[in-house]
Amino acid sequence: MTTALARLEGLEVFYGASQALFGVDLEIGPGQAVALLGRNGMGKTTTIRTLCRMQPLYRGKVWFDGRDITALPSFRAARLGIGLVPEGRRCFASLTVTENLIAAARPGPWTLARVQDFFPRLAERADQTAATLSGGEQQMLAIGRALMTNPRLLVLDEATEGLAPVIRREIWTAIGELKRAGLSLLVVDKTLSELLPLADSCVILERGQSVWHGTPTDLSPEVEQRYLGL
Amino acid sequence: MRELRREHMLNALLAAALFAVPLWAYLVDEPFLITLATRVAILAMAGVGLNLALGLGGMVSFGHAVYFGLGGYCAGVLAHHAFNATPVLMGLDGTNQMLVIWLVAMALSGLLAAMIGALSLRTSGIFFIMITLAFAQMFFYFALSWPAYGGEDGLPIYVRNVFPGLNTMRPWNMFVIAFVMLMLVLALFAMIRASRFGAALMAIRQNADRVAAVGISPFGVKLAGFVISGMITGLAGAMMADLTRFVSPSMMAWQMSGELIVIIILGGTGRLFGPVVGAAILVGFEVIFGGLTEHWKFWLGLVLLSVVLFARGGFIGLLAGKERHG
Repeated sequence: MTTALARLEGLEVFYGASQALFGVDLEIGPGQAVALLGRNGMGKTTTIRTLCRMQPLYRGKVWFDGRDITALPSFRAARLGIGLVPEGRRCFASLTVTENLIAAARPGPWTLARVQDFFPRLAERADQTAATLSGGEQQMLAIGRALMTNPRLLVLDEATEGLAPVIRREIWTAIGELKRAGLSLLVVDKTLSELLPLADSCVILERGQSVWHGTPTDLSPEVEQRYLGL
Repeated sequence: MRELRREHMLNALLAAALFAVPLWAYLVDEPFLITLATRVAILAMAGVGLNLALGLGGMVSFGHAVYFGLGGYCAGVLAHHAFNATPVLMGLDGTNQMLVIWLVAMALSGLLAAMIGALSLRTSGIFFIMITLAFAQMFFYFALSWPAYGGEDGLPIYVRNVFPGLNTMRPWNMFVIAFVMLMLVLALFAMIRASRFGAALMAIRQNADRVAAVGISPFGVKLAGFVISGMITGLAGAMMADLTRFVSPSMMAWQMSGELIVIIILGGTGRLFGPVVGAAILVGFEVIFGGLTEHWKFWLGLVLLSVVLFARGGFIGLLAGKERHG
């Protein structure tokens, strides 16, 4: 229990009168990659937003590095080391690539130079506004921006969605390198063929509840068919 | 990049023109023109202050005149007590030293901006506009009903405050002081815009939640930007009071807040030299068309309307392209 870097306990979340999460439990160990799986509308993004403290919760607890962060605002959670790559990239469109990166900078090993070295495309596009980048470049920028916060846990919400296969491959290679570098990951993605070899463990959400925990090898075709519709 | 270089060149040209015109006036002994250029420089400085909040941070403050007026009253009140050799309060003497007055004006404006910002920045959109306006009007009516410092009639500064080594009564010297201060404030603006703080301020304008997700407190950054903005505008107010040797509640009136916004929109919101161009247009219109008709603001309104409809980047945008950098 105490070795987990991040832990979600019995999350219950409402959007107005409608309940989105009915009890989500999840644990991410240091250096671990956890795949958060489930069909559309099952609460994956809400779970991520709750972990990042962007979503108020009705019941449950969010722990990070042994500390209860349930009551913290999102910027404080981010400062503790939770880096988010949000769904749909969401870069600051009118800012340049460099401005997007330096706005997020916090002290640590991930500097502007290292991020540009990791994604050389961002160095080439340094003075372009984010709005003029391709989808893949924007995704690199979104990951680079999260890395600039020097996170201990990187949360990726549909990081390869809507990208060309070649670019998607590049992004998966980058995610793999980050894992090998020791970064903890929580990944939501529909490309299970890429996600599962990377993951140490999986959590499946069904109608706002975590209904299955296990390793990728435990994921039987029956489970996949029942919860993921594969 | 080409547009960026074009804007750099345009900025250099504008700075040179702002210096050359009064220099020529000095050589041919036209003090009125020098004073006019000084007014442009000081109004531009006030505009740079608002440009930081509005142009970079997207905070549409409709009450920035309060800092302009407060700066003006700092100069007026301190000079008034120095002239009459009476204490301001609790044994503290007045002063006629510009540098001291500027520091006091910036400190008090910053403090007031921190208080107003702490309350108003919890809102956004129309509510933010209305709250900032309400605070400014509160101080306007307070100044109006403050008989100790002239109330509605305002407060004259009998002898212009002094600057070490320069005779400030000479228009050229006063212009040089205002020009150098404007350049320093513009350099500060450029430095802030290129910094992490500036990038965060610009990012908050787009989406505060996303900024919070990278570990930045949107409220803290906006408040810091608002305070710096108020301090710059306060400094400009103190200098304007010294230029006109008069301070009155009208410096804090909503029309003044409106003029500052007009200056920024005309020049180009968020553009480095936008306030310089905006202030030059405003003063130019006032002098040229003000002599022809008392309805000169109608024509200025038409220009403003054209800029809003057809040149969203203001005159800088029109001349240097869409890129906001420069």
